[in-house]
Amino acid sequence: MNIEVTINGESHSIETEGHRRLLDVLREELGLVGTKEGCGEGECGACTVLINGEPVNSCLVPVGQIEGTALTTIEGMAGSDSLHVIQETLVRYGGAQCGICTPGVALCAKWAVEKEPGASKERLRELLAGNICRCTGYQAIVDAVVAAQDSSEPGHE
Amino acid sequence: MSEFLAPKNLSEALAARAAHPDYIAVAGGTDYMVASKDRLAPPGIINLFGLSDLTELRNLDGGGLRIGACCTYATLLGDARVSGTFPVLRDACREVGASQIQARGTMGGNIATSSPVGDSLPPLLALDATICVASTAGERRIAYEDFLVGYRKVDLKADELIVAIELPAPANGATQCWRKVGTRRAQSISKVMMAAVANLEDGSIADIRIALGAVADRTIRAKAAEDALRGTVPGEEAAKRAAKALADEITPIDDLRSNAEYRLGVAQNLVRRFVLSL
Repeated sequence: MNIEVTINGESHSIETEGHRRLLDVLREELGLVGTKEGCGEGECGACTVLINGEPVNSCLVPVGQIEGTALTTIEGMAGSDSLHVIQETLVRYGGAQCGICTPGVALCAKWAVEKEPGASKERLRELLAGNICRCTGYQAIVDAVVAAQDSSEPGHE
Repeated sequence: MSEFLAPKNLSEALAARAAHPDYIAVAGGTDYMVASKDRLAPPGIINLFGLSDLTELRNLDGGGLRIGACCTYATLLGDARVSGTFPVLRDACREVGASQIQARGTMGGNIATSSPVGDSLPPLLALDATICVASTAGERRIAYEDFLVGYRKVDLKADELIVAIELPAPANGATQCWRKVGTRRAQSISKVMMAAVANLEDGSIADIRIALGAVADRTIRAKAAEDALRGTVPGEEAAKRAAKALADEITPIDDLRSNAEYRLGVAQNLVRRFVLSL
């Protein structure tokens, strides 16, 4: 089937089978390897991307379902010459260790901060509970998201 | 070649369902796609996600709500009617997976998969839901309790799709309760869960519905416990009677997530605490 989709602001026309995992099509057809595979079962959130602004596990989305949508992957998060504020605070607070969960964490955090500005730390932990960090660096991640929330710097789309 | 059908509306979806009984109807994909890379491609997929005919939330006469089968948990969590009238359902939706699953998983999908650990299912039994299914021949309505016919088995024919769930408004002042017991609040597969709705008249329990998950081959009503409580005054005595009745009516199993003894004990405690909260 042919799929028309906007990814990180660019239009794409993809010829593939609709049952394939969005994760595989991103990585193998489009070379967007910033999206990582963790568990492949929707448990860990490493493969999180945003579809029309909502976080999803790309390992659980049959790619046929993205027809007509707008996707953001980690490659589309930073501006052309600067990081997104959440990426900056993740760096500043040491919110990335081995790095496998980081793209998913960054995207889910971007969604959470935009969805509920001023959310409590506890609420942010709930919104981010689908992103597992096996280095267990949660405190630094949450601190980074709180700092991004407090930051007056505008984010980049 | 595995075909991916993207019907534009319900009648196209029903026609596709009738024409391709071997295709998989997929809504959010959060169950179906798990470990899909390790399986052969399906003969075909009929996509239901986002179909506007199936994502409607509509008020019913008498204060009830009709929920389109492809409404996501996130949609329900954002709806004031769900929060205001059916907090037991809202609280369950909030503990399904985490944000990513809630953005994608649907009520209809959870009902169709009908896992004994489906988190949104006990609230539907406790709220006395009716399931609306349709085929090209028309629509059929069935009480949710009768729709559950076995382990991961619902009364859905090969040419039918689940189109909506109808919830009647609970009695005024009814108490609603959701409790999920698992290893972690998010992303955990439940060991036991309970959804309960009860209302009192003149200090005694006029009506009560207690639904349990993960203690049988399907989501069940704890009818013996309910019978032991109906017409009685809530308190320690009533709670004890209900816990004893429960022990006689459920036979949970041992598996990798928990064991029979623990599940029974937790289920009894959940029921007991609910009775004491009334």
